[in-house]
Order: sequence, then structure tokens, then C-alpha cells
Amino acid sequence: MKRGTYRRIHSHPILGPLPDHQECSILVDSKPIRAREGEPILATLLAHGIYVTRQTEIQEQPRGLFCGIGLCTDCMLTVDGVPNVRSCITPVREGMVIVTETGESHERQER
Amino acid sequence: MSAKSAEILVVGAGPAGLAAAIAASKCGASVVIADENPKPGGQLLKQTHKFFGSERHYAGTRGIDIGAKLIEEAYSRSIEILLETPVVGIFEDLVVMALGHERLLGVRPKCTILATGAGENTIAFPGWTLPGVVTAGAAQTFVNVHRVPIGERAVVVGSGNVGLIVAYQLRQAGMDVAAIVEAMPNVGGWGVHAAKVRRLGVPILPRHTIVEARGTDHVSEVVIQEIDDTFRPLDGTASALDADTICLAVGMTPRTRLAEMAGCEFTTSPALGGRVPVHSLGMQTSVPRCYLAGDVSGIEEASTAIEEGKLAGLSAAAELGLLDPEAYREQARASSDALSELRSGPFGQVRKIAKDDVVRTYERN
Amino acid sequence: MNETKHEQEPESLRRTGVLNCEELEDCPGVPAEERLRKGPVAVIECQEEIPCNPCEGNCPRGAIHVGHAVTSRPRLDIDKCVGCALCISRCPGLAIFVVDLSQEDGDRVCVPYEFLPLPRNGDTVRAVDRSGSDVCDAEVLSVNRDARSDRTAVITLRVPKGLGMAVRFFRVIEKEA
Repeated sequence: MKRGTYRRIHSHPILGPLPDHQECSILVDSKPIRAREGEPILATLLAHGIYVTRQTEIQEQPRGLFCGIGLCTDCMLTVDGVPNVRSCITPVREGMVIVTETGESHERQER
Repeated sequence: MSAKSAEILVVGAGPAGLAAAIAASKCGASVVIADENPKPGGQLLKQTHKFFGSERHYAGTRGIDIGAKLIEEAYSRSIEILLETPVVGIFEDLVVMALGHERLLGVRPKCTILATGAGENTIAFPGWTLPGVVTAGAAQTFVNVHRVPIGERAVVVGSGNVGLIVAYQLRQAGMDVAAIVEAMPNVGGWGVHAAKVRRLGVPILPRHTIVEARGTDHVSEVVIQEIDDTFRPLDGTASALDADTICLAVGMTPRTRLAEMAGCEFTTSPALGGRVPVHSLGMQTSVPRCYLAGDVSGIEEASTAIEEGKLAGLSAAAELGLLDPEAYREQARASSDALSELRSGPFGQVRKIAKDDVVRTYERN
Repeated sequence: MNETKHEQEPESLRRTGVLNCEELEDCPGVPAEERLRKGPVAVIECQEEIPCNPCEGNCPRGAIHVGHAVTSRPRLDIDKCVGCALCISRCPGLAIFVVDLSQEDGDRVCVPYEFLPLPRNGDTVRAVDRSGSDVCDAEVLSVNRDARSDRTAVITLRVPKGLGMAVRFFRVIEKEA
């Protein structure tokens, strides 16, 4: 089954229409992406069909959303040079530079 | 009123914590709530369905609106709610919380009420680390709070109320649900929740388990299999479902780290989700002036969380001398009766017995 | 898409989430056929003892009884009930319907509906049974969604005679682009 691309839930029978929101622009793996200011980084990524947040160091397994509330660390990526940021609970801000491909740990970066 | 001077500190701004803070504040206590999340409301923020119970428990009102009502009431009572403020430690008489990434704040409340809720269980199977495998709570959060679909077509693992409700909510959000698989011979949750999803055409498959998630960088196929009465897979019954999402709704476990740290005595109660702090009828733990309420004391529902919160708030206020014994007894009795009511019937019975055991263990020690 | 069609276990509310005939007969909120043939009446398919009672308090004619023990299954007073359908949107379990088997040109079934798109009056929809299986085509007679129903729409369907106790939901037929 193929993944969809840019998707948000625009209308919902209980929650109503998706409210307008301040937009901002971020870079994800050097690609500019429009985001809704303040939403979790991972929400922006998923809305654009980006679902791999990092690859594990040894087996290079793809990881992404799992617990959604900042407890499992599967969704970590690098934000503005800072590694291991939990993308499911970190709000998006204008100009953020996000790197998913490598998701290197702090020690590895220092070597 | 600052966190430092509040008489009562409530940890967790979900239904139990909010109800506790409101009840204590009604008695005249100064209350502060600390919550790790950016918004108060706990799990209520994700619950778009109408709640059960009776009028006392906001029956017929949607979870999201119950949350809004409780939050509004808390703010109207000048209860301060510190958000993105996880409580990271409880020591003798000192509670430590984190403010932002770089500051710690230590406070010495007269009473502490732990309302930290529960975390979701997980199960592992080949492919479970692939993007597309998520917990039911994650599905709810992203779909109902962040308004982003997490896939096209999901298999839900677990037919307790959480699995049944999440499957229904995924359909409301425009996602498809291929099936709900359940290891037991019967549906785990309430019949009405099951009926709601069956009439949508979602199959519920008792005696089935998930065997494998297949895909390269995302789930693209889900293998399920029938199991026998001893939970062993039956040969020749494996089948592949076309799905890109797996939601795990396989139970919850109370988040009791702070209670452990505080030195609370525990007991093991499978019916309540594992190890839980023992507590009195009035929700006091074995540590003086430390109370608890909601899922942290045993996995139940929002209605019991609200009622236990009320009870804990009253007990803390009474401890501080803000409520005279007669008034306390009367209001606590009303809460206890309401809790008994919520725990009656074939579904509640097991929890009622378990909760009675917890109280008995507390009284024995 | 070729998927293994799972052999469905015999249906029952506890096993698979679908009420079977015996369970329906045993349900105190489900009126006997005689009453169903007299005119619109509530059909409360609430067959388990769970703590819940908004139906009781919301009925303007006091036709629903749950009582002090809120886990009791709701009982319907078929003489008091006129099938006003107010209870449908009040039930958190979405377990209440209004059925009218008295009319010549088809049975009427009112169902709760919490999805988009909402159908419109006059639309033809595909009516399904409690297991979501297609039963027949149905005509939408009314769509009610007001403030008090709190986003639970109540849809009245006209189905062929004889199907009023089978149909419990429907699918909007997506128009070809």
C-alpha cells in the first residue's frame, strides 16, 4: 500500500473544519516545507508524507511515530544542529532546520 | 499565587487532577497543578465521543467538552496550571519540577495529589519498529489533536474500549480500518462500542493475533493469524491484510514512578493494570499528605478519574483543616457511593473487587 | 485487492459486537413487533449493564426507565413512547433507533450518524445491517442535526417493507467523478 502525500484532516464530523492558522516555513533535509506554526514537527512531516524520522545507528532501520507523546524516543531527529529532539512534542517554529536522514547521536557527532 | 506558596500541589492536569484541584479549591485551599504537556486536559483532549455514566459525570457530553468545562472551572477558581512543567522528583517534603530545559523548581506543598495517569502497553512482533506501527494513543493524538492522518488503512490490535473507540475515530477522520484483531475469544470492550464499528463494516476478529508487519521503510502489509485457546497460532490460518498502519491498543499501565519515589507502599493488582499504590477509601497513599487519583491508582475510566479526583481533593482539604469532619464525611460518602455505582455491573465488578482489595491492604498495613 | 474472507464466527454482542436474534428478543428496550407495526417507536439496543443513563433523563415523555442503579438496561414504555427520536442523539453508545413498520410504502428507520459527508434529503444511500453488510437501497427522508444533538445527526431512511428491523446504518454512495 502506497503512502499518501500532503494530507491534513480538513473537515471532521465532530471537530469541525480545520481552523486557519499562522503558517511558517521550515527546512527538512534541505527541502522547504510549509508548516502550521506551533504544531509538533512530526505533524508537519506526516502531513507532507515524510514518515521516517531517523535510521538506527547499527542496523539502519527506519523509525518514526510510535507513542506520540514524547516517551519512546523513536521520533528523534536533529533540529537546528541539536540532535535527539523528540519531534512528536517539539513545536515547529519559523526557519527551523531539520535533518532526518542521519539522526546521529551526540557522541557520534563529536567524533 | 505562585507554585511556591500553594498549599496543595496536583501533579497532572487530566480529569483526575483537574477534579482534585477544583474540589480542594472549593474548600478554600490554594492549589497549583503541574503538567508536562503544553495543554491541560490529559486524555480528554483526544476523546471526541460522548461519555457514559450519569449526569454527575457529564454523561452525554463529549470528552473534549468535559475537558474544556473542567479547565474553565479550574481557571475561574484561580487555580494556576503550570504547563510543560514535568514533576521530576518527590523527596521528603520536597517536590521538584522542571521549568523549561534549564531550571528546576523545588516546592514544599502541604499536600500532594498524584494524578499522573497511565501509559500504554506495547507488544513486539517482526516489523513492529517500522513507521506505521503506533500506539492507539498516538493515533488519537495525531488524528484528533494535530489533525493529521497517520496512514490510509489501519489494523487495530486489541478490542478493549480503547481499540474499539480508536477504530471508530479513525473512520471519522477518513481513514479506513481493515480489521480489529483480538486475542481473546470475545470482544474486550463494551458491546455498544463494538456495535458502532461493526455497522461500519469493520470486522472484529476474536482469537486472532498479529504476526508480522511487512514493508521496507513503512508498513505495507499486515499478517494476522488465528490462535487456539492457549494462544498458539493455528497452522494454515495466517492471512495478509492490505494495510499501512497498525494501532496497538493492548492495555495500559499506571504511571507510578513518582509514587515509588515518594516511598508509597504498593500492591499488585492485575485487574487494575499492575502495580498500584495502596490507598485509603479517601485516596490517601501510605505516605502522609500524599494522595492520588485516576488511572495512576488503577486503570478505569474518565468518570472514575473525575470522582476519585474529587475525593482526593476533599481529603487533602480536610487534612488541612479546611473542611469540617461532618461535611467531609458527607461529601466523601457521596463520592464513594458514586464510585460504587460506576463500578457495578459485569464490567465494573472486577474493578470494584480489586479496588476494595487495595483499600483493605492499605488498612491492614 | 484479494484478501482472505474471514469466516465470521456466529454473531453475538459479546463475541463479535453484533446482536443476534436471541439477544434482541431479550432486550428490554426493544419493543415487540406488535408495537412496531403501530407507528414510530424507539428501539433501544442496549443489552449490557454499563453505567449510563442519559436516555432516561432526556426523554420528554418519561418513556425510558433505567432507575437508581445506572447500570440497569433501559426499559421502554411502549405506550408512552411516540417515536419522537430525541433519544437517538442523546445515547453515548449510539444504540438507539426509531423504527416505524406501519407505513405501506416502506419501513422507516432513524439512525444516528456521525460522519461526513452528510447525505441530503432525497438521496439514495446503501443501507446496511448491524454487521455493516449491504441490505438494500434506501431513500433519505430527513437529516436532523441541531445544537442539542451535539453533532450527532439523526437520519431517517425509507427502506423496503420488512427490512425495518434489519437496517441499522448506511453508506453514502460516492458519486463518480
